[in-house]
Formats: sequence, structure tokens, C-alpha cells
Amino acid sequence: MLVDVRIKRFRPEQDAQPRWAAYRVEAEPTDRVLDALNTVKWRHDGSLAFRRSCAHGICGSDAMMINGRNRLACKVLIRDLRPPIVIEPMRGFPVAKDLIVDMDGFFAKYRSVKPYLITEEPAPQAERPQSPEQRERFEDTTKCILCGACTTSCPSFWANREYLGPAAIVQAHRFLFDSRDHGAAERLPVLNERSGVWRCRTIFNCTEACPRGINVTKAIGEVKKLLLRQSVK
Amino acid sequence: MWYRGGVGQWSWILHRVTGVGVLVFLCLHILDTFLIILGPEQYNHIIALYRVPLFRVMEVGLFASVLFHALNGVRIILIDFWVDLTRFQRRLFYAEVACFVVVMIPVAYLMLRPVFGW
Ligand code: SF4
Ligand code: FES
Repeated sequence: MLVDVRIKRFRPEQDAQPRWAAYRVEAEPTDRVLDALNTVKWRHDGSLAFRRSCAHGICGSDAMMINGRNRLACKVLIRDLRPPIVIEPMRGFPVAKDLIVDMDGFFAKYRSVKPYLITEEPAPQAERPQSPEQRERFEDTTKCILCGACTTSCPSFWANREYLGPAAIVQAHRFLFDSRDHGAAERLPVLNERSGVWRCRTIFNCTEACPRGINVTKAIGEVKKLLLRQSVK
Repeated sequence: MWYRGGVGQWSWILHRVTGVGVLVFLCLHILDTFLIILGPEQYNHIIALYRVPLFRVMEVGLFASVLFHALNGVRIILIDFWVDLTRFQRRLFYAEVACFVVVMIPVAYLMLRPVFGW
């Protein structure tokens, strides 16, 4: 079948403003939006730029706004969308070209919460054991693929680009609630800043955007409560 | 700035709008109370404005704003303190809307009855 695809394009070397381009592409209903984008690039206009790598929803490269919502192009089937398919870059990051956004700021915030194991305990001979319950505590936030869909669906982030954003908080949560990690003292001040978790207004756009089904709002809520308990003590 | 968020996004926008609305009314109210310095007669004259039917209708809007803002605030507080409620956030919002309607119908009726002579 033929599907209409509208893409918000921006080529920095020639466009002052982004502009809309329309394509009619051949696709199966069971194809993914990523397949349609590939068809555009391979058959219609080779200059179209977008990121993708794994094509199986695991690398997090191809988050974009599809019909008004943040999705991974490789996880949305064409039959689940009402045509025309409208594709835009994620909102709130600077657009580098077409659907490619500059994620440097995003990853700087990711690094600011120190997303790695912090502990003074000497490395053991084998692994650092953990009970199933201890592992379960942060299971949900281990699933993050850093696609940026949550952060760029968040009105608080659109209003203030300084805000850490849901993705960085999810990453902080993953270590704060890990029994092996002792880095809370280093991470919590970053999360407690004006640009930290308190900018969250419990809007739930992040949770609904997450392609991994992470309950992002709950993770942020747990970090808020942790900070509250710390300051009450 | 169009994004197809869920009920959380719309309730947040309404929360802002009703919050600003109530604030504007409060400022206005402080101002009109302040007008007492012009003397009782002038004051009564200005305050009589509040009895115009249009004002009554706007007062219903004011009540609706306060009610929504309060109910939504309670919903957010509940979710923030009992994070497991995040799973039911949509149902909580619909419950909030139901409470809103249940309170609003009799209140609007009682407030508007005198002006429309029901
Ligand atoms: S929490 Fe979900 S939406 Fe956010 S970056 Fe991770 S995988 Fe993407
Ligand atoms: S291409 Fe890897 S997540 Fe879509």
C-alpha cells in the first residue's frame, strides 16, 4: 500500500527555518516507521538524515516525534498509526539536521548524576552478591536505553532546559537503589538542586513516552522521597 | 508547541490555568476591598457590580477553578507520597473529574438559581 509521510526537515547549510516535506512511499501495514524512513532515504531523497542502529528497540538511537508522540521509529508499526504519518525531531534538543538532534546536553546531564558504581569496598574475588529482592528494587530503571523520549516529552524540560530531565533521574535511581552502591552522598546534591528532581510536576508524559515501559514518574517520585527523608533526618 | 500527552498533561495545564485565574481574582478582590477608602457610598456603588448576573456566572467559574485546583492538588500530593499510585494515575484523574462533577452540579444550581429565578 501507499502511505503518506510528512517529515519536518532542516538542512542547516541551506535552510533558515525547518520546513515540511511530503513523501508517498510503498509500505506494508506491518512495516515499521523506520522502514518507511529507509524507503524515503533509499528511493526518494538520499539527503534525509536520521539516526538508527539496532533497528530492534534496544540501542535508543531513533527516538522521534511520530504523530505527536515520542516513539522509537523501529518499534511503531504503520498499521497502528492514522495516516498521514507525521514525523518530527524530538522537541527541546537543538536540531542538527532533519531528525537528528544534538544530544550533548542530554548526555552531560546523564554524566552529572554519576551513573556508575560508587563504593569504597574493595573489589571481591568474584561478584558482589545481591538477593533477588535487592535486585528487584531497581529492576525497572535498569531497562533504560537512553533514547531521550522521556526528557523531550516533558513540559518542565521544554520550559527550562537546565532541568536534569527524567532520563538522568532514572539513571540516578538505578544506582541509588542498588544495595551495592554507596554513592548517594555524591549524587543526591545534584538531584536536590533547583534544576533537579523538584522541577518534576508529576505530568506523566515521560512514563507514557518511554518505549521500554519504565514507570519513570514512580522512579522520580522515589528519588524525591529519598531526598525528603534525607533532609528530615 | 503541540504534543499529544495523556490526561496528566491536560490536568497540569488546567491546574496552571485555574491557579492563575484564582490568583487574578484574589488580586481583584484585594483591590475592591481596598476601595473602602473612597468612603462607604462609593464602595457600595462599586461592590453592587458583584450582583450583576454576569458576575454570578463568573463566580461559578471561580468556584469551579478553586475546586478543580484543590482536587487536582490532592491527586498530585497522593501520587507524590504514595508512588505506587502512579500505576493508577489515569483512573485517579477520572475519579477526580467525577468528584468535580458531583460537587459542581448542585453548587452551580444553588448559585445560579437566584439570578435566573429557577
Ligand atoms: S527512561 Fe525510557 S524514555 Fe527515558 S531515556 Fe530511558 S528508555 Fe528512553
Ligand atoms: S534503531 Fe535502535 S532503538 Fe530503534
